[in-house]
Amino acid sequence: MTIFLQSLLSGVLIGGAYALIGVGLTIIFGVMRIINFAHGDLVMLGMYASYFLFTLGNVDPFVSIIFVFPLLFLFGAILQKTVINKVLNALPQNQILLTIGIGLILSNTMMLLFTSDYRIISTTYSSGSFRLGEISVSTPLLLSFVITAAVTAVLYWFLLKTDTGQAIRATAQDRDAAQLMGVNVKRMSVLATGIGAGLAAVAGSLISPTYYIFPQVGQPFTLKAFVIVVLGGMGSVMGATVGGVLIGATESLAGAYISSGLKDLVVYVLFLLILLFKPAGLFGKSRV
Amino acid sequence: MLQIENLDFSYGDLQVLWGISLQVNQGEIVTVLGANGAGKSTTLKNVSRLVRPSRGTITFDGADLGKLESHQVVEMGLVQVPEGRRIFPEMTVLENLRMGSFIKSTRPDRQRNIERAFTLFPRLAERQKQLGGTLSGGEQQMLAIGRGLMTNPRLMLLDEPSLGLSPLFVKNIFEIIKEINKQGTTILLVEQNVFQSLRISHRAYVLETGRVVLSGTGEELLGNEHVKKAFLGA
Ligand SMILES: Nc1ncnc2c1ncn2[C@@H]1O[C@H](COP(=O)(O)OP(=O)(O)OP(=O)(O)O)[C@@H](O)[C@H]1O
Ligand SMILES: [Mg+2]
Repeated sequence: MTIFLQSLLSGVLIGGAYALIGVGLTIIFGVMRIINFAHGDLVMLGMYASYFLFTLGNVDPFVSIIFVFPLLFLFGAILQKTVINKVLNALPQNQILLTIGIGLILSNTMMLLFTSDYRIISTTYSSGSFRLGEISVSTPLLLSFVITAAVTAVLYWFLLKTDTGQAIRATAQDRDAAQLMGVNVKRMSVLATGIGAGLAAVAGSLISPTYYIFPQVGQPFTLKAFVIVVLGGMGSVMGATVGGVLIGATESLAGAYISSGLKDLVVYVLFLLILLFKPAGLFGKSRV
Repeated sequence: MLQIENLDFSYGDLQVLWGISLQVNQGEIVTVLGANGAGKSTTLKNVSRLVRPSRGTITFDGADLGKLESHQVVEMGLVQVPEGRRIFPEMTVLENLRMGSFIKSTRPDRQRNIERAFTLFPRLAERQKQLGGTLSGGEQQMLAIGRGLMTNPRLMLLDEPSLGLSPLFVKNIFEIIKEINKQGTTILLVEQNVFQSLRISHRAYVLETGRVVLSGTGEELLGNEHVKKAFLGA
């Protein structure tokens, strides 16, 4: 029972960051119908940004998100305006090639600039933990989860309560109808990409105290985010939130009970099973 | 108010509009009649800038729409209630209405406009928390019109608002259109329900395979032999 609770808790805590990554991907997909295969590399950029802010500027990685979000928002927005926007009406395979290419350019540029050395952020709490009865709770994971929850809450507020947030959802639900209501959908695409990139990078910052940081660290996150988004229903923010936590928990439990080498396999098998029975994902339709 | 001149349009290689010219004056209800595939929706899409014509000009209050994007046309006071209603399915009735007042100049009037929509369509008030996608066809049409009115339009384009509605609803929708016109909004209506639409129209055009073949006042066309044969089955 202790093992179960222990792995469930760790899984849920890391799942918070997965959720943030998945939510970013699903917002980009919702508004533009493009799957961003460079998404994991944006997570990587967030990790590096926090790393340098920490080592050069002595900024705590959890505090660094207030710089990392706007920085990567801008990066995502510029990326959309300059390249992604050009393939909005292109064939799907061309869109896929473009975003995969962007991802490769990002990771290889980082390798050229900073080598493929593994880097770590060692804060005072990096390996800290405290006990909750029989269970040990990792301090950085808990902190990251709490911040994730707060960021998610702000995002939901933005999407549900502000005019711009509503316009992003409207564009995702019916692009033409949104235009007919006076929404500048080009602007919404730029915004959505910025937000998606910002969220991915914030997730990277939040996990940076507990991960090795290197140029290729992002790629597994792309695949994970894709699984989360399909699982939650393409375009559904709510689905990606739940999907992220679910994947985190599954991974962690599979690691504890089956084998840590097979945990990814278990995730994908579960993914295929759910798709078999619920092809539209767990949350095919939801308000956000 | 709206002036379309010599409009040509093609989907790829397939030309579907051939030199369409028509005009809507301030205060009028103008109807465009035509069978399925005649090019009615395509004409409205050109006006709303969802597609770009290959030739011809469209002006609204004297301003050329040629360089504008869809959202800018809305800001000028020209709104379209599209065919198939196009409600945002995962938004509530209230959120759908709110989307109608997205453009900044209409936001101060939001509350007043919501109340106006609820007065016009009391059913929407009862359903305000319900998701758009779960409404009946008639309710969705009310919502689509209500949402369009939220933009404070001076000219409203309505694409087959009576399509798929029960006879009772159909009568109701035409009454509402007349009422909206009375309250000061000019109407360009696209319809296949010839009798009902001509009854409320000041003028009308008949479209056949992408060309204007007839025009006149509502009464003239109601009495026209060609219209009777083609549309009224007489
Ligand atoms: N997206 C599209 N791509 C290619 N052809 C199209 C497209 N939309 C419409 N068409 C064609 O253009 C012609 C005009 O279509 P349009 O939708 O304007 O007709 P309509 O008068 O609105 O008909 P309906 O009464 O059925 O709505 C039709 O022949 C149709 O098949
Ligand atoms: Mg049509």
